[in-house]
Amino acid sequence: MTVKVRFFASLAETMGRREMELPLEPGTTVSSIWAALTADKPMPQGALCAVNHDYCTLEQPLADGDEVAFFPPVTGG
Amino acid sequence: MAVRICAEPFDPLEELRRHQAGFGAGRAKVGALASFVGSMRDFNEGDAVSSMVLEHYPGMTDRQLEELAARAAARWQLADILIVHRVGEILPGDDIVLVATWSAHRAHAFESCRAVMEELKHSAPFWKKERTAAGERWVTRNTPANSADFETRG
Repeated sequence: MTVKVRFFASLAETMGRREMELPLEPGTTVSSIWAALTADKPMPQGALCAVNHDYCTLEQPLADGDEVAFFPPVTGG
Repeated sequence: MAVRICAEPFDPLEELRRHQAGFGAGRAKVGALASFVGSMRDFNEGDAVSSMVLEHYPGMTDRQLEELAARAAARWQLADILIVHRVGEILPGDDIVLVATWSAHRAHAFESCRAVMEELKHSAPFWKKERTAAGERWVTRNTPANSADFETRG
């Protein structure tokens, strides 16, 4: 299966990209995507993740076609 | 209930007028309007700021703001709610956000307006990057909320 991974704001700069397609084994979780893309670096303090536009936990399992996003604490308003 | 993300400057008073014009006969049932407008300062963390770029997550932003408006409508007795938020290039003095709540009574309008604003700052996926004399920098945190939230108010 394939998921789309997106990064925003300072995390996009740190990762050096804004989005990518990633082939995965079924049942892969959000945390294992992060680990695979960063060589097991911890997530930055306060960083957030979302699947299909809803906030999620790192344990969330993914399905084919999901859009996963990683981003720093939000600063709108 | 309306949510709007805009890439161009907006006029909060015009937004309120235009939104209220849609009430029609229902206008006579609305006794209170509370609104909050947040604008860009020309200083932050002790430095002069000349401009900033507001990045967001298209799709998720709309979704989060719509959910927020729906939660407020379920929690308080509201006739309507409007949220407008700027994105893109922003200059000092520009308005960034408008939250407006209409209700039959002021308590519901006041409380919901503040709660929505505080929650927006913690859940809506926007990020500010400021330009200062020393270069560009990401704003890393919002000021903490004081009171008014969805859980603690009676």
